[in-house]
Amino acid sequence: MTQSEAFDKVVSIIGPFAKNADALKAATRETKILTDLGVNSARLVDIILAFEDEFNIAIDDDTADKIRTLGDAVDQIIALAKK
Amino acid sequence: MSDHKHRVVVTGMGVVAPNGHGLPAFEAALRAGTSGIRFYQKLQDLKFGCQVGGIPQITDEVKKSYFTDDLLMAMNSSMIYAGIAALDCWKDAGFTRPGDSEDEIDWDTGAIIGTGIGGADTLGELVVPNVNAGSVRRIGSTSVEQTMASGVSARVGGLLALGGQVYSNSSACTTGTEAVINAYYTIREGRSKRVLAGGSEGHSHYIWAGFDAMRVLGRGFNDQPEKASRPLSASTGGFIPGSGAGVLMLESLESAKARGARIYCEIIGANVNSGGQRGKGSMTAPNPVGVRRCIQAALADAGIPGSAIEAVNGHLTGTMADPYEVENWKVALGVEPSGLPFINATKGMIGHALGAAGGIECVATVLQLSRGFLHGSVNCEDLHPSLEPYAERIVRRTVDKKLGIMAKASFGFGDVNGCVLFKNANGL
Repeated sequence: MTQSEAFDKVVSIIGPFAKNADALKAATRETKILTDLGVNSARLVDIILAFEDEFNIAIDDDTADKIRTLGDAVDQIIALAKK
Repeated sequence: MSDHKHRVVVTGMGVVAPNGHGLPAFEAALRAGTSGIRFYQKLQDLKFGCQVGGIPQITDEVKKSYFTDDLLMAMNSSMIYAGIAALDCWKDAGFTRPGDSEDEIDWDTGAIIGTGIGGADTLGELVVPNVNAGSVRRIGSTSVEQTMASGVSARVGGLLALGGQVYSNSSACTTGTEAVINAYYTIREGRSKRVLAGGSEGHSHYIWAGFDAMRVLGRGFNDQPEKASRPLSASTGGFIPGSGAGVLMLESLESAKARGARIYCEIIGANVNSGGQRGKGSMTAPNPVGVRRCIQAALADAGIPGSAIEAVNGHLTGTMADPYEVENWKVALGVEPSGLPFINATKGMIGHALGAAGGIECVATVLQLSRGFLHGSVNCEDLHPSLEPYAERIVRRTVDKKLGIMAKASFGFGDVNGCVLFKNANGL
């Protein structure tokens, strides 16, 4: 799985939760999930579960807490997928 | 009414019923006697005695036209019905859907949207299986907001940026009518200009199972769904479960006039009480003394005699309680059977929508009052023998009729009662 493939899947998963459609369209690795995309913070747990299902990985709470940007998500997912 | 600070009127309505979504469709269905009761294979597969029910026909396309994807992921059926009915009601009352900014908050409007059972579908499909499997974290973030008792009103409050008091009441099958009455009290006391009021109930085999186990659901018409819900009928075998939502915008007369709102009718009196679960009353049966007191207290609240009531939209579910209810109306209003107001039953078309019943049926009542008709009570061609003396007063075919005052009452488990009196908008 390439960075680009992971990024596209992450954006696709987060898309339905994002209130800021313009920010979603212009999303980069630096885009912040909560503040830029307008995702309700309570929904982060649902997004983490969706990552687990999509990439067949397990994301513990400490790792989940490190994910602030789309790039963070991609990096953690790729690292876990290699294990 | 001299101690009432404010007169209260209805300025908007929204309805999601098994036989129609939206006021035009619902009115047409009421007039035509269209049934919203259908056979559901799932109920047969699960060995329910009653395999029919009333579920609004709301497509995914319709849902997406009301709600964003992230909202839909956190809304069970009762929240979806409540949300659609409230948004329709809001628009019908002359308002536009607010945006996301803080200055869109309407500090003058509250909501009382009740539910009888709540998010049993979420409990059954999401919470219980995951907890039992030791997978609590797999529940995700949306179960609390979908199962908390106030879930339906909380969602509506957010959709409409309401800044007044927002809560859910729950009084079993009286819920929707009680919500309207509570809103009426709130406005007439001057505590709010406007309150969205009504009830919502989701459709779920987890909700309906308990009633099926109690053997209070009709089982004899699984192969003829449209005939299954039979209030007032000799051949009824129980009620048919329904679902949906009905929401009304209650508003002070001053507020309605100040903004030039269309007024459907005025609420002139109401009462809620309990029968104490004594005498003939119990957890599951109404004490007739309580029912009669409730009706009479509503009349006293309005300052009118029983003879002023021209029509009644009954609770009338299709159980053995129907003849007792009609008898209670006769005694409470102090009339002979031939002098009973016209009475009809909406549940023959939509089933018993539990906590939503009062909301949907208040909408039906106000539609009849404001549009000048009484809908027929379907499926009581074989009137219960005890009701023969009332045969001429039971509306069996839809008639055009200009009415002055109509009563709506609901009765629920817990021996709770609610009665509200609507008066047409003539002169307002």
